[in-house]
Amino acid sequence: MTPVAQVEGISREAPRLSDGKLRELFREMLVIRRFEEKVEERFRAGELPGFLHVAIGQEAVASGVCAALEAGDVIASTHRAHAHTIAKGTHINAIMAEMYGKAEGCSHGFGGSMHLYDVEKGNMGANAVVGGGLPQIAGAALAFKLRQEPRVAVAFFGDGATNTGAFHESMNLAQLWKLPAVFVLENNGWAESTPAQQQLPLAVDEMEKRALAYGMQAMEVDGQDVEDVHGATRLARKHAVSGLGPVFMNVRTYRFTGHYVGDPQVYRQKGEVHQLWETQDPLELLRVRLAMTGEEFERIDGEVTAEVEACVEFAKAGTDPQPEDALKWVYAEGSLERG
Amino acid sequence: MAELTYREAVRDALARAMRVDDRIFIMGEDIAEMGGSMGVTQGMLAEFGPERVRNTPISEIAIVGAGIGAAIQGMLPVVEIMYEDFLTISMEQIVNQAAKHRTMSGGQVTVPLTIRTQGGAGWSPGAQHAQQLESWFVHVPGLKVVFASTPEDVRGLLWSSIYDPNPVIFFEHRTLYPIKGEVPDELEPIPLGKARVHREGADVTVVATGRLVHESLNAAKEAEQDGISVEVVDPRTLSPLDVETIVASVKKTTRCVTAHEAVAQGGFGSELAAVVQYGAFDYLDAPIERVGAKFAPLPFAPVMENYVVPHASDVLDAIRRTVAHA
Repeated sequence: MTPVAQVEGISREAPRLSDGKLRELFREMLVIRRFEEKVEERFRAGELPGFLHVAIGQEAVASGVCAALEAGDVIASTHRAHAHTIAKGTHINAIMAEMYGKAEGCSHGFGGSMHLYDVEKGNMGANAVVGGGLPQIAGAALAFKLRQEPRVAVAFFGDGATNTGAFHESMNLAQLWKLPAVFVLENNGWAESTPAQQQLPLAVDEMEKRALAYGMQAMEVDGQDVEDVHGATRLARKHAVSGLGPVFMNVRTYRFTGHYVGDPQVYRQKGEVHQLWETQDPLELLRVRLAMTGEEFERIDGEVTAEVEACVEFAKAGTDPQPEDALKWVYAEGSLERG
Repeated sequence: MAELTYREAVRDALARAMRVDDRIFIMGEDIAEMGGSMGVTQGMLAEFGPERVRNTPISEIAIVGAGIGAAIQGMLPVVEIMYEDFLTISMEQIVNQAAKHRTMSGGQVTVPLTIRTQGGAGWSPGAQHAQQLESWFVHVPGLKVVFASTPEDVRGLLWSSIYDPNPVIFFEHRTLYPIKGEVPDELEPIPLGKARVHREGADVTVVATGRLVHESLNAAKEAEQDGISVEVVDPRTLSPLDVETIVASVKKTTRCVTAHEAVAQGGFGSELAAVVQYGAFDYLDAPIERVGAKFAPLPFAPVMENYVVPHASDVLDAIRRTVAHA
């Protein structure tokens, strides 16, 4: 395990996880992996409408962060949302049903892959505008602070988002007001097809400088190591919820696939993806670390694969919305209760 | 009845609501010690303290976005965008986020956010501090749009906007802040989506918003000298629009003039004209006239600014043209 780096002030002493907990996280990461492979397959088969982005290679970030949160904490996700949504507790049946545009979907067929919501589970929504969710995470954290609730709001975003105005305004406001927010940079080194060196003036491993410029605490995290991500998030959460201000996590990770499902990746070096699979697969790294036998892996994989097959069946059997349902949620009706 | 200025009426709605409801807080640029660039929030910091009256950085994306996030988490934020020209900076959060969360989530998310802003010409600020952009927001499903023209209306409508479960863009007009008007002692919420007939008439209906309500009332008085009877209707809420009241008025008068300070092309008057011709086609005795600003960014020199924006005389000319139509 790469220790949680201390940038300023935050203890390196990240809590370690038991083998049992790591096995749970392994299973969840495998659910994410198999789910996304299935999404790719069904999209290519022409069954899924829309625009899909998978996070294969980045599973440990979603699982590590969300496992470290408490009930009541909220997240805002990105266009690459399946992993975050699964890790925050939404059942894959509801997510797959959303992919098929069914009423049983987690956004009832109104959102699709890029707009997965589950308010009950603390998912404020996946956002298809890069950087779009960040100011709202600052606002959610402001609500928690004003009501003195021990909750944190967590923003997921990529390195591309750190070039938007929304990112900088949100970081500035969150630090200025010491809001209980955690900014999780899923730093995969790509903004769609544009590599880091063409869109970032900083090296990928020094992106925490953007947070330090605002006086914000920041950490470097190994995004291929779920225990490191989990430990870092626990520390970040503790810091943020105690009123000391937000924390920025520079989580180095790797996108094994294209920007979108079907992306021919003409912009990528040949062999790069192969090498990532050989050296950076978060599932394989964890499997080796847990000394998981082939037999144990096959058993877990068999269960997970069956769950994923079942979620496709659930989705296909779902209810198609009526066309006129489109107008159902444009406005909330009535007036709010007076305080 | 008490007499309040439009400015005091806005403040009165905010303060009364904040006294009874801890979920409400206000934030924006210079709203605390300074009391806002228009003086609307003067004294509120002293009464409610810095947690609920929050000066923000000059960050229009974050002001609106943080308002959205807090609203989703159960607060009733009222954020101020100092000039409506600066709404352009917040457009992504307003249009893609606030307006769409409810539909995108299949009804799970509610965004009870009020965005107060102001604009209007007549003081030579040039092209970036006096635009009237309300029609942009009427085009966006999921938003409500309010534009009040009197102290009584601004107070009652702001209260209703705060308690509306949807994002409301609340337009105030700079030149109206000093005007005085009678308001009831008890604040009476005015429901969104209800027009106000300011003046009844028989020959032509002027549907006007903001400053042009007052210009139109002046034009109506002058028209009366010529024996023309003018009805003046203020929609007050632009979205949702009180189509029924407006169409009923035009069916009665058979003529219609729309009037606003915003540029006429693509302005709210165009929407009104479409609604009226559809709803009252067989009743119309003249083409619908649109009064609005000329198609130019606002110039600085007072004579040019005055030339670009419409006045009572422009409304009167339009009234006369509709009545003269064979």
